[in-house]
Amino acid sequence: MTAQGRELGLGKDLIGLESLTGEQIEAILDTAEPFKEISERKIKKVPVLRGQTIVNLFLEPSTRTRISFEFAEKRLSADTVNISSVGSSVQKGETLVDTARNLEAMRIHMVVVRHGSSGAAKFLADRIPSNVINAGDGQHEHPTQALLDLLTIRDRFGAIAGRRVCIVGDILHSRVARSNIWGLLKCGAEVAVCGPRTLIPAGIEELGVRRLHSIEEAIEWCDVLYVLRLQLERMEGGYVPSLREYNRVFGVSSERLGHAGDGMIVLHPGPMNRGVEIDSDVADGPRSVILPQVTNGVAVRMAVLYLLAGGRPELAEDAKAART
Amino acid sequence: MIDPSTGMDGVRDVLVRDGRIETIARGVAGPEGIPRIDARGLVVAPGLIDVHVHLREPGAEHKETIRTGARSAAAGGFTTIWAMPNTDPPLDDPAAVGFVREEARRWARKGEGGARVSPVAAASLGLAGRQMTEIGGLVEAGAVAVTDDGHPIHDPALMRRLLEYTQSFGIPVLQHAEDTALSAGGVMNEGAVATALGLRGIPNASEATVVARDIYLAELTGGHVHVQHVSTREAVELIRLARERGVRVSGEASPHHIALTEEAVRGYRTEAKMNPPLRSEADRLAVRQGLIDGVLECVATDHAPHHYEEKEREFDDAPFGIVGLETALAVCIGELVTPGDLALFDLIERMSTAPARLMGIEGGTLRPGSRADLVLFDPEEVWTIDPANFRSKSRNTPFSEWEVTGRVKRTVVGGETRYEAGG
Repeated sequence: MTAQGRELGLGKDLIGLESLTGEQIEAILDTAEPFKEISERKIKKVPVLRGQTIVNLFLEPSTRTRISFEFAEKRLSADTVNISSVGSSVQKGETLVDTARNLEAMRIHMVVVRHGSSGAAKFLADRIPSNVINAGDGQHEHPTQALLDLLTIRDRFGAIAGRRVCIVGDILHSRVARSNIWGLLKCGAEVAVCGPRTLIPAGIEELGVRRLHSIEEAIEWCDVLYVLRLQLERMEGGYVPSLREYNRVFGVSSERLGHAGDGMIVLHPGPMNRGVEIDSDVADGPRSVILPQVTNGVAVRMAVLYLLAGGRPELAEDAKAART
Repeated sequence: MIDPSTGMDGVRDVLVRDGRIETIARGVAGPEGIPRIDARGLVVAPGLIDVHVHLREPGAEHKETIRTGARSAAAGGFTTIWAMPNTDPPLDDPAAVGFVREEARRWARKGEGGARVSPVAAASLGLAGRQMTEIGGLVEAGAVAVTDDGHPIHDPALMRRLLEYTQSFGIPVLQHAEDTALSAGGVMNEGAVATALGLRGIPNASEATVVARDIYLAELTGGHVHVQHVSTREAVELIRLARERGVRVSGEASPHHIALTEEAVRGYRTEAKMNPPLRSEADRLAVRQGLIDGVLECVATDHAPHHYEEKEREFDDAPFGIVGLETALAVCIGELVTPGDLALFDLIERMSTAPARLMGIEGGTLRPGSRADLVLFDPEEVWTIDPANFRSKSRNTPFSEWEVTGRVKRTVVGGETRYEAGG
């Protein structure tokens, strides 16, 4: 293997999509294509990352992302260790810089990090020579989530460029929204956001997106409706009066989807609050690509691991074909 | 030699005897036994005064002490600094206030003194914003003003009473203007940069609403409210309008709000995290213009030392504040004098004569008979800021590695040299 992602110029880490180009993002998606098939095999394992040690450092609760990364790592034959905040030295008050130094002292290859503070992944990446993959830092970015969303959109439409994507809901607190905004814009999509004004962050237009004021307008306008999870604690924060009210004004129902264009699809990063931001008949309906998103998550993460470990995009097919 | 208090700007000799300025003239023949200092090529000016400094002692001596803070101030050309009361315990009783004053004097007697240290007392007991402190006793113990700095004074009734009660002592109420309900959870300026970084924002309105309220209370009571570290264009405008109609409101500008914007936070740089936060370019320009116009009467650093490991953290968890005493003069020269927007004479006024006049304290002048508090600096020396050379215990500055112009060579407090470059 060559040095880390040299062919693509990704650098040592994947912190966010803001710093990547559209070409780099499309190349990661291209690399994910051959990896999709591994998960469909009877024996889901290839030796691509044999001998690589990876730490999954999840300092904030996560089920889907952590498991998706773990499957991606295991199916590529990496050796993995999971650390969560509960029961670890972090709970005993260890600082992030000390955690980083200790991990480094154990000579690991990669760290996949989930952390509640924006900037934490970069903080770690700046301090250790291992590859760092951001699995969500505060309200900043969640790049692999956006990559799997982009892959899902590309699967359905053939291309991302020219598509109209509207992200609905709590943009203010969402790292998924931010990563998607950067990724979609760089790949040539038009992007809008829609939600209660209390949950739309200041200066969002300066990022290059438009604001749509009603869910009806959003549904009519877009090819892709990206529904965000409404964190239940937003009610206590006073951002929305009640879940019932949120559903009444911004909930995505099949009735509202009656005004959608023919090919329009619905994405959701999970976990869903059925009956709040999305009704069950939409989540389980024909426009939903929510489960394909999850499937693509494993392939995209395999691609990211492979590339940061020094793999070249055009050799991905050969790499996975090698015998275990 | 520059003395904004008399309008003097020219070549002079100064004779200092017994800690006081005796004569200022051309060609003063120094009497026998008084050492001579050759200040050719340097500017001699009244010592700088900083009405907003955190010395951290008592309670956080790992960040700064009264001794190191006073020496840091002298290295920056300051001869008087005002120590904020948000220590642990806070300076809310006469013993604590007396301790700060005496501690500075004790080190000076031991030959390790720096700038004069004037304690500012807490406005409310425990800085809790409820019950007024014993301001009479605090003033007797040496307090020069009151504030709950670090915490805003929220309760409008308490603020009203403070603005009334302090008039008995002729001291101002210093306000950290922030509505903490509006700024809750915020760690930087609200806007597109915060949105991109995923950091919680602090809106301009959290400062402006409190400034507006305090202006009306100062108008109601005739008291003097001084707005600390003005950071927003809205607050500058409010103060400008209020002063035009004669309200006793004043404001200070910090070097970092004049020199930097929210862009400095990118990369999650905790040395650019302070409260109030670095704002937008429009705000920076307004604060800068406010200082040039004299709407904001003085420069104050809000020197806020923190230990490096406290700043070496996730951005959300790092404390607010930066050190400023040893970089203030050079940064202000670079931002204001070099571009030609403020004469050096006027900058010295903003950093010395104005704060003395505004707060009604000694200093800011070279008139014969006044205390010999002087700064000697080379206005043209170019140097690179290296935090490793700071006298302060802390290194948390966003100006590290800046190439700046103007360097302090000697600081004299009461006729005694308290700092000498290379010394």
